[in-house]
Amino acid sequence: MFYREAGDFKTSYTEDNQTFPIKFDRYRYYAVLLVAFAVVPFIINDYWVNAVFLPFLIYAIAAIGLNILVGYCGQVSLGTGGFMAVGAYACYKLMTGFPEINIFFHIILSGGITAAVCVAFGLPSLRIKGFYLAVATLAAQFFLVWLFNKVSWFYNYSASGQINAPERTVFGVPVTGAEAAPWAAYLFCLVFTFISAIIARNTTRGMAGRKWMAIRDMDIAAEIIGVNPLKAKLSAFAVSGFFVGIAGALFFSVYLGAVEVGEVFGITKSFLVLFMIIIGGLGSIFGSFAGAAFLVLLPVLLKNLLVGTLGWPTDLAAHLEFMIVGALIVVFLVAEPHGLAQLWRVAKEKLRLWPFPH
Amino acid sequence: MPEQLVFAMEVFLNGLMAGVLYALVALGFVLIYKASGIFNYAQGVMALFSALTLVGIMEGQVPFAHLINAIFGTEIHHFGWHVPALLAILFTMAVMVGLAWVVNKLIFRHLVNQEPIILFMATIGLAYFLEGFGDIMWGADIKKLDVGLPQGINTWIDESTFNIFDYGFFIDNLDIVATVVAALLVTALVIFAQYTKQGRAMRAVADDHQAALSVGISLNFIWVMVWSVAGFVALVAGIMWGTKSGVQFSLSLIALKALPVLMLGGFTSIPGAIVGGLIIGVGEKLFEFAIGPLVGGATENWFAYVLALIFLVFRPQGLFGEKIIERV
Amino acid sequence: MKMKLMTVAVAAMMAAGPALADLTIVDTSYRTGPYAANGIPFSDGYQDYFTLLNERDGGIGGEMVNIVECETGYNTEKGVECYEATKGEGALVYQPLSTGITYQLIPKATSDGIPLHTMGYGRTSAKNGAVFKYVFNYPANYWDGASLAVTHILDQNGGDVNGKKIALVYHNSAYGKEPIRTLEELAKKHGFELSLLPVDHPGQEQKSQWLQIRREKPDYVLMWGWGVMNQVAIQEAVNIRFPMENFIGIWWSGSENDVKAAGDKANGYKALTFHNLGSDYPVYADIQKHVVDAGKAAGAGDQVGTVLYNRGMYAAMLAAEAIKTAQEMHGTAAITSAQMRDGMENLEMTEAKMAGIGLPGFGPEFKVSCENHGGNGFGAVSQWDAAAGEFKLITEYFQSDQDVIMPLVEEDSSAFAAENGIEAGC
Repeated sequence: MFYREAGDFKTSYTEDNQTFPIKFDRYRYYAVLLVAFAVVPFIINDYWVNAVFLPFLIYAIAAIGLNILVGYCGQVSLGTGGFMAVGAYACYKLMTGFPEINIFFHIILSGGITAAVCVAFGLPSLRIKGFYLAVATLAAQFFLVWLFNKVSWFYNYSASGQINAPERTVFGVPVTGAEAAPWAAYLFCLVFTFISAIIARNTTRGMAGRKWMAIRDMDIAAEIIGVNPLKAKLSAFAVSGFFVGIAGALFFSVYLGAVEVGEVFGITKSFLVLFMIIIGGLGSIFGSFAGAAFLVLLPVLLKNLLVGTLGWPTDLAAHLEFMIVGALIVVFLVAEPHGLAQLWRVAKEKLRLWPFPH
Repeated sequence: MPEQLVFAMEVFLNGLMAGVLYALVALGFVLIYKASGIFNYAQGVMALFSALTLVGIMEGQVPFAHLINAIFGTEIHHFGWHVPALLAILFTMAVMVGLAWVVNKLIFRHLVNQEPIILFMATIGLAYFLEGFGDIMWGADIKKLDVGLPQGINTWIDESTFNIFDYGFFIDNLDIVATVVAALLVTALVIFAQYTKQGRAMRAVADDHQAALSVGISLNFIWVMVWSVAGFVALVAGIMWGTKSGVQFSLSLIALKALPVLMLGGFTSIPGAIVGGLIIGVGEKLFEFAIGPLVGGATENWFAYVLALIFLVFRPQGLFGEKIIERV
Repeated sequence: MKMKLMTVAVAAMMAAGPALADLTIVDTSYRTGPYAANGIPFSDGYQDYFTLLNERDGGIGGEMVNIVECETGYNTEKGVECYEATKGEGALVYQPLSTGITYQLIPKATSDGIPLHTMGYGRTSAKNGAVFKYVFNYPANYWDGASLAVTHILDQNGGDVNGKKIALVYHNSAYGKEPIRTLEELAKKHGFELSLLPVDHPGQEQKSQWLQIRREKPDYVLMWGWGVMNQVAIQEAVNIRFPMENFIGIWWSGSENDVKAAGDKANGYKALTFHNLGSDYPVYADIQKHVVDAGKAAGAGDQVGTVLYNRGMYAAMLAAEAIKTAQEMHGTAAITSAQMRDGMENLEMTEAKMAGIGLPGFGPEFKVSCENHGGNGFGAVSQWDAAAGEFKLITEYFQSDQDVIMPLVEEDSSAFAAENGIEAGC
């Protein structure tokens, strides 16, 4: 009824190619943006920002980055945690080394540095494929974590080996450090998430994205039709690394504020981000958001439900939480192996016909 | 003989032994990957779960005691009996077969013909579930596992090497047992896969599901069987590692030690898992011995992966993996 | 688990009972995950002591204590979630029991005005209260620990360790690296040779490290381990027949969990501690009577008297004493977190006080002040008696080498103050 293309005429290629060709979709998208930018900042408190929104937004960026590599280019990577650590430490070194430059640029630069590191570790992808590559990227994960732990230059020779984000401001409003207001931290991350999603969406449907997908579907065939696998694979590693690096930088500076590399950017982080994109849907920007939301919100929700509402002992609740998350992953995969994004697509198809299915 | 060389020999031998322990974990991965193309992330958690079950049965723990007590306000913890190790291992095996059956029935039957990454994801869901389930069932404390395996320095090797080199080598008795068990296990598995009816059926399934189905092989049976065998391998690995450190949550992390072994040996080769394990074990120990002190140590974790990576650049399918043939 | 689901659910529906109490204590525990075996007894002890005060004395100064438990799983992100979820309930003090979460909370708690008590862990230089106004780490910290271990070795060698070899086996993380700086200073001062052996997380495979120890034959081995690393290290030490009485662990490597897996041969293993062990104190009879037998224990009630249970209880006792101090200072029973901070800063633990609450000689005497949030660095050495199945104190409380530690604290805290633009001062 609301959701249909009838009467929605396009008169130019630009209009025809837009991300949300259906009017209702477009309005919904504007509405979400409006709520995110203009409503949420006024109503959130510390808890919502730190427990829900910041992790969600930052993981969404990381998931978008990994999705470009895994979902669009077909190169399975388990080095995300290590690459996020590169972003975080780059950001720390930049923040403390050049305090006069705006944090915004530090974070962008951290993304760039991570992209370079990611390309270096992406080189073996030219020879190694599939799960073998996944395990090879683990080499990056372990090596990077070891490096940041070992070389004290990275943590400015502090006795504790931890890095702490000093307070930095944007337009005079602190966004990092303990004094940052919840809305400021939220908006700062939201801007990055928003821009990342737009860039990712438009890269993946442009020439670069088509090349990646050709490589993913069959790299030999892609090579024969003129896609340069070296350039395509490494560019995917670079773009992916850029987003993952930004996510790492935000994770450290805005969200946690203090980081110990082995604990925060360990192997579990790599797996977590991979889970997000598989549950959300490989090769889908929306899927990255959905997956991040699923794995960030669900544990918090379950915890509040079991402990807060039902008053269960915390350890039983925590164990049950694991079981429920595991069972839900399996249930979702059995119901829809292509992730939440596919469920969403199916729902949209149904909606287009509703209420007259014939 | 120069002292450093003697030390290096000792490190080398210990590397071999550690490699065997890694290979034990890797074997479980290989079995399942070979038969069904599933990269089973839950293998480490299965080792933990089987070891927990074994200790629980041996000690006569009441499963789900914590949950039952919390709901009904009862006060039960133990049945009050002790089961001998061998019997308990049999019971645990029964549980692992049951688990294999349930996993297959509820999960993988519904995911036939899906992409490898989807199957991989499903095993991650399984790992999450088992992690919570094992804790609820048996509790999260550290349990001492003693099935009567010897531990400690082997005095015979110590003394005989002392006579030759003037320096006694350290070899852990547990490692020797592990080596023997691993050798037996691999021999049995190879014989099983090559010469028994079920083993051949398993290889047929691995080659081509549909062709195997059409000649009358029951996919379900084969998969349950493979998961059971993998469960058994997990139990063996769980016993070996659990004897060393006590049975606790961290046991599930031994899967990470098996991954470079897998890459190196190839996901599909049983002997590959052993050879890969030996190479990784020796490689990381010797590197830590020779280079470690120069760069501050603790290099083993990443070096194993880097070593595997170097091998892979030259042989992308692992040492013993099936050659990847690609056609358009 | 005596907190029956049904009764709790009913209680929650009636919204009655301790939920309305004014003294809120948050227990950020971890009963799941890789360190659960250590988290459970600590949390049990922490909660049981407050439950005892509620049941026996009707709370502290007439105010009931409301314990809010929040599960972190030793995960930094969940720790942050717990902190944000509970700080609004008027939490008086946080005891995160995790180095990672502590570092997170130092700036956050300082800005929210809620004190942190990181007893024997966390940021060592928080001892300098002039910089870390809301962070307390009495009665001892890691640098004290390193010095205590060396002092103990000195005592055993008649005050001379010149030319001896001491090896440090440590968890390769911020936690494990803490003692290195102090040990290096001490090595210079006393002329022993220090070798460092990092073990990567989680530490299930330590063959390389222990082969190296076997080759180099250090006279003493110190250990900064946590979780599975402890059990494996002690097992490997037994395997290479390292003399256990020369193997000294930090307090986090000295619980029953760590030695039991290695069996009888771990007999003689030493660990540092900053509180007394065993359950031979009047307060345990009360806990048994009012808490365990009454079915109000936080866990299964089977941990009473273990090392980590005692440590949790000791932490709770110090918090309760700080609350009492704050109540006296401010003349109100329902104190706020800012008043709690004052109470902690003016806390004085004397022998008479400890005897009065049924824990004579349980911990060292110390007095907190604005300049010194870390106590006086007293600790003792305990030794594992495998036959009896318990750790036993083998020394009196003795003091760490403050001449070495204080300059390091000063240096690190002023670096922190400079980096974060904090003006130090009392």
